[in-house]
Amino acid sequence: MKRILTASLFGLSLATSGLAYAEPVKIGVITTLSGGGAGLGIDMRDAFQLAIKQSGNKDIELVVEDDAQKPELAVQIAEKMIQGDKVDLMTGIIWSNLAMAVVPNTVAQDVIYLSPNAGPSALAGANCNANYFNVAYQNDNFHEGMGEYANKDYKNTFILAPNYPAGKDALTGFKRYYKGALSGEVYTQVGQTDYAAEIAQIRASGADSVYFFLPGGMGIAFMKQYAQSGVGIPVMGPAFSFDQDVLPAVGDAALGVKNAASWSPDLDNEASKAFVQAFKAEYNRLPSVYAAQSWDTANLIVSALGKASVKDKDAFRAALKAADFKSVRGDFTFNNNQHPIQNIYVREVVKDGDVLTNKIIATAFEKHKDAYAEQCGL
Amino acid sequence: MFTALLIEQLLNGLQLGVMLFLMAAGLTLIFGVMGLINLAHGSLYMIGAFACAVVASATGSFWLGLIASLAAAAGVGALIEVAVIRRLYDRDHLDQVLATFALILILSEGARWLFGSFPLYLDIPKLLQGAVPLPGGGQYQLYRLAIIAVGIVVAVGLYLLISRTRLGMRIRAGESDREMIAALGVDISTLYTVVFALGAALAGLAGALVGALQSVQVGMGEPVLILAFVVIVIGGIGSIKGALIGAVIVGVVDTMGRFLLPSLLALTMPAAQATTIGAALASMLIYVVMALILAFRPSGLFAAQS
Repeated sequence: MKRILTASLFGLSLATSGLAYAEPVKIGVITTLSGGGAGLGIDMRDAFQLAIKQSGNKDIELVVEDDAQKPELAVQIAEKMIQGDKVDLMTGIIWSNLAMAVVPNTVAQDVIYLSPNAGPSALAGANCNANYFNVAYQNDNFHEGMGEYANKDYKNTFILAPNYPAGKDALTGFKRYYKGALSGEVYTQVGQTDYAAEIAQIRASGADSVYFFLPGGMGIAFMKQYAQSGVGIPVMGPAFSFDQDVLPAVGDAALGVKNAASWSPDLDNEASKAFVQAFKAEYNRLPSVYAAQSWDTANLIVSALGKASVKDKDAFRAALKAADFKSVRGDFTFNNNQHPIQNIYVREVVKDGDVLTNKIIATAFEKHKDAYAEQCGL
Repeated sequence: MFTALLIEQLLNGLQLGVMLFLMAAGLTLIFGVMGLINLAHGSLYMIGAFACAVVASATGSFWLGLIASLAAAAGVGALIEVAVIRRLYDRDHLDQVLATFALILILSEGARWLFGSFPLYLDIPKLLQGAVPLPGGGQYQLYRLAIIAVGIVVAVGLYLLISRTRLGMRIRAGESDREMIAALGVDISTLYTVVFALGAALAGLAGALVGALQSVQVGMGEPVLILAFVVIVIGGIGSIKGALIGAVIVGVVDTMGRFLLPSLLALTMPAAQATTIGAALASMLIYVVMALILAFRPSGLFAAQS
C-alpha cells in the first residue's frame, strides 16, 4: 500500500512538472510599428499579445521593439535583445529584407527564431536552420496558389512586385504554377506610391489580367490609381494586397478581387471563430492574415512551453516541431525545413454590411509544401 | 500603340513633376528667404493629406477637405514657425536640421496618436473620376490632368505674387539682403511667418491632392521630401523658376527611366535580369542626373544670388 502511494505521488509530481515549467520566459518581438508599414506590425503585435494574455501563462515576458521597417535598426535591436535582454526566443519580423538581415545571425547564436510572416526562399532551402521555425508560410506559397487558380480564367498576365526578396519570391511562386503567357514582368521600388508608369505599361501590354504583390500602403496606392485609370482588366493578388489592414483605405475598388491566403476570417473551424471573436472584442476591428499568423505563433510557443523547458533547446525545438496547438488555419504541420504544410485558399473581397472583408471561394492547394524543402538537410 | 504609351508616360512624368513643384516651391522659398533647411516640410505634406481625409470623410465633400488641408497646413506651419523655427534663423544649418528632424518625429507620432497607424480613406471627387481619351488611342486619368492644371495655376500665381505684389517685392528683397530690409523698417518676423505658412500651405495642398491618389498614412511625406530636395538642388536653391524646371526634369526622368530602362536592357540580356537591373538603375537615375547637372553647374540651373 505504501509503495503504491509513493508511486502515485511520484507519478503525480511528474505530471504536474510536465504541465508547466514555472520559469520566466522572455520573448523578443521585433516588428514594424512606425512608418508606412506599421499597420502590418501592429496587427502582428496585437494578436500576439492577446494570445499570450488568453493563454493565462504569467511567466511569459514580452520585449517589444519597433524596427521602423529598417534592416540596420532591426539588426541593432536583435543584438540588444540577445546580448542585453537575454531573450529566450525571438519573433515578430514582417518584412523579408529585415528577416534576411536578422535571422541568420540570430539562429547562429543558438537563439530560436519563429517567423510570424516573412519567409524568404533563402532560409527555406539549403540554408534552413534547426533554430528557425516559420509559422507563416514560405514566401512563394500564396502566389503559387493564385498562379494555379489563374490557369482557370487567364492566358496572358502582367505581373508586378517590389524589388526585394519577398517580391522576387512572389513572382517566382506565381510563375511556378501559372501556365499562361506573361505579357510583362515589372519590379517596382519598395515603398513606391505612384504607379502611373506601371499602369501605362499594363495598358499597352495587351494583357488579359494583372497579378500584383504590393503589401501595405503600396497596394492601396496601386489599387486606387488602377481603378481610376480606365484600364479595366481584372486584377488578382496574394492576400497581402487585399487584406484587412488595407481594405478600408482601398474602398469599393477592391470588391470582387480574388486573392490567395492560408486563412480568411470566415474559415470554418473552432479556433478561427474564437480568434476572430476575441480579436474583434479586444481591438474593435477584423484581424488580418498577419494577425492570424501571429496568433498561431504565440499559441505554438505556449504549447511548446507546456511540454519542455525553454532552456533545454533540443527538447524545446522538438516540442515546437510537433506543432501541437490549435491553429486558426485548421490542419497545420511542419515540413522537414520547419516551414508549414497547409492549405492555400482563394478568397474574394466582399462587403459584409459596411465592412469590406474576404470570403473563401475555392481551395487552390491542400496540404501544400514549399518548393525548397528538398534542399534542406534537416 | 507605342505613341499612346509615350504620351501617357510623358503626362505621368509631368504630373509627378508638378506635384514635386508644389513641395519644392515652399522648400526653396523658405531656404531662399530665411536661409533655413526645413526637413519637416514632408510632415506638412502629411498634415495636408490627413486634414483633407478627415474633413472629406466627415462632410462628404472633397473640396471642403481641400480647403481644410490648406488651412491646416498653413496653420500648423505658422505655429511651428513662431514656436520653434524662429529661434533657428541665426543658428548654423546643423542645428536647423536637428531641430526640424525632431519636428518630423513629433508630428509623425502625433498623427499616429490621433489617427492610428492604419491608412485613412480618401477618394477622388466624383467630378474628376474616370479617364479621358488621349490622341493616339490611349486614355488618361482625369484626376492626374487636374493635378497638372492645379500645378500650372500655382506656378503662374506664384510668379505673379513674387513679381507683381508688395509681398513679392519684400520676399525678393529678403532673398538678396536680409539685414537691409529689416533696417529699412520691414516687419521681418511677420514676413518670415507669412512665407513659411505659404510654403506649408503649398505642401499641404500637394499632400491632399496626392492623398486621394495614393494612401493617406503616417510617414507619407518623407520619400517626397527627398525628391523635393533633389529638385531644389538641381534647380538652384532659392529659385522658384529653378524649382519648376527641376521638378519637371526629375518627374519626367524618373518616369521615363522606370519605363524605358528595363525594355532597353532587355535588348542585350535575358528579360528577367533586365527587369531587375533596369528597376535598380531606374531608381538611381535621378541622382545620376543630379550629379551630372551639379558637375557642370555647381549651384544648380538657376541659382539665386546669395
